[in-house]
Amino acid sequence: MDCNQVFVSKVKRLIVVFTLLIAFLSVKIDAFAQVDSAVVPVDSAVAKTAEAVSGEHGTEEHGKEKFEPTKVIMEHIADSHMWHFWGHVSMPLPVILYTSNGLEFFSSGHFHHGEEDYKGTYNTYRLVEDHIKVVGADGQVDEAASKAVLDFSITKNVAAMFVAIFLIVVVFTSVAASYRKRVGRAPKGLQSFLEPIIVFVRDDIAKPNIGHKYAKFMPYLLTVFFFIWFNNLLGLFPIFPGGANVTGNIALTFVMALGTMIIVNINGNKYYWKHIFRPDVPWWLYPIMIPVELIGIISKPFALMIRLFANITAGHIIVLSLISLIFIFETLAIAPVSVAFVLFMDVLELLVAFLQAFIFTLLTALFIGMAVEEHH
Amino acid sequence: MELVTPSIGLVFWTGISFICLLILLRKFAWKPILGAIHEREQSIDEALNKAELAKQEMARLTAQNQDLMQQARAERDEILKEAKTLKDGILNEAKKQAQVEGSKLIEKAKIEIENQKKAALAEVKDQVSTLSLEIAERVLRTQLDDKTKQEALVANLLKDVELN
Repeated sequence: MDCNQVFVSKVKRLIVVFTLLIAFLSVKIDAFAQVDSAVVPVDSAVAKTAEAVSGEHGTEEHGKEKFEPTKVIMEHIADSHMWHFWGHVSMPLPVILYTSNGLEFFSSGHFHHGEEDYKGTYNTYRLVEDHIKVVGADGQVDEAASKAVLDFSITKNVAAMFVAIFLIVVVFTSVAASYRKRVGRAPKGLQSFLEPIIVFVRDDIAKPNIGHKYAKFMPYLLTVFFFIWFNNLLGLFPIFPGGANVTGNIALTFVMALGTMIIVNINGNKYYWKHIFRPDVPWWLYPIMIPVELIGIISKPFALMIRLFANITAGHIIVLSLISLIFIFETLAIAPVSVAFVLFMDVLELLVAFLQAFIFTLLTALFIGMAVEEHH
Repeated sequence: MELVTPSIGLVFWTGISFICLLILLRKFAWKPILGAIHEREQSIDEALNKAELAKQEMARLTAQNQDLMQQARAERDEILKEAKTLKDGILNEAKKQAQVEGSKLIEKAKIEIENQKKAALAEVKDQVSTLSLEIAERVLRTQLDDKTKQEALVANLLKDVELN
């Protein structure tokens, strides 16, 4: 389908960029290895062979773990059942599984970072690459049974999202309280920081795009804006309670886009539906136009989903890649360069965090505006 | 591909928590905040409108004051002018009157002087006639004595008369 094409091409582009980056880095490593080879030619040759044999698994070199930037970065941007703090310190998170027999609750700490299996009430579970799998009686992963188990765990992303939601609720209820306390007076403190943003959402996003019916959609637009913005900012924060790639996860952007799609289509008036099912074209074009318009209903929120996901994920990948340079070159000399670039990227990401929240809200308002617009 | 496959757990939790957040914020944050902002904007608008009205009222009053001032000034000028003309008139009148009075007095004095002069002349004439008579009497008396002496006497007398 049309939208599937977009989906695949976006992913391909992401993968291509990423592969190029990694390829570039591995060339550099080879260059370094050749310099080193004058001193320890045997070791490096052994390491290369070992790497070729063991495939993607890490190998031991000079008694150290081999650094694999792809794995590290993908682990960081993916979801996890642990909240990693530093080194080997991490916080176990609750696991909630829905099996055909009933619900299972236990702590992810029982897996000991995937080294041990956990025997639950109904099955034995194993953590394989941060996915919970069912272990069969033979001690092997039972893929068929694993598919039947739905994972509703409070993962790192869910926990980080809860933190963001808690923050948002605390911040905005306190702001609302200060509005009640200082009726009709000038804003103060946090209130005066957030009021321009709220007014910005109202006057520059909702009003011009939706028109006089904007008031009904303000709660949704404001919630979307601040939810995305807070999650983006918390994602930039390197350690607990940030560090999770919440808005860079397709599941979250999917839910947000779904919300926009539902709001838009529920509020669509007769002109909106007429535009879809009886567009102003000759009747014999209907077989083309109606499917195109129907795809349009899906593709608009789909673009929202991909845009937010790709932008935030790309930002995280770039920052992590720059940090990875230090470990790839195994020298501290590269650190100032990395830090300088990361600083630059972080400042850029601050802008992107706001911009993506703004764009998501703006396009949502635009779609709502198109659905509720009165034609003559 | 895992990166772009939404996981059911995260979808579920995001959905639940986003809806909860929406409901919570709608009730406890957006309603009071947007309401308060709207109210304040309205009160600011109202205050600005009122200020504008007050300004107009002020301008009107100032213009009125200016008008009154101008009028008063014009009136004062008028009064001053009138007073001046009045004063000039009175002054002129007085001068004229004084002149007339003066000339009248002078006229009177002249007539008096004339009268006096006439009276004096009449008296002189009287005396001259009396003197002439006396002289003539004496001449007549002395003529009888001596003719030359008479003539000398007459001459003498005449000399005296002329001195007068």
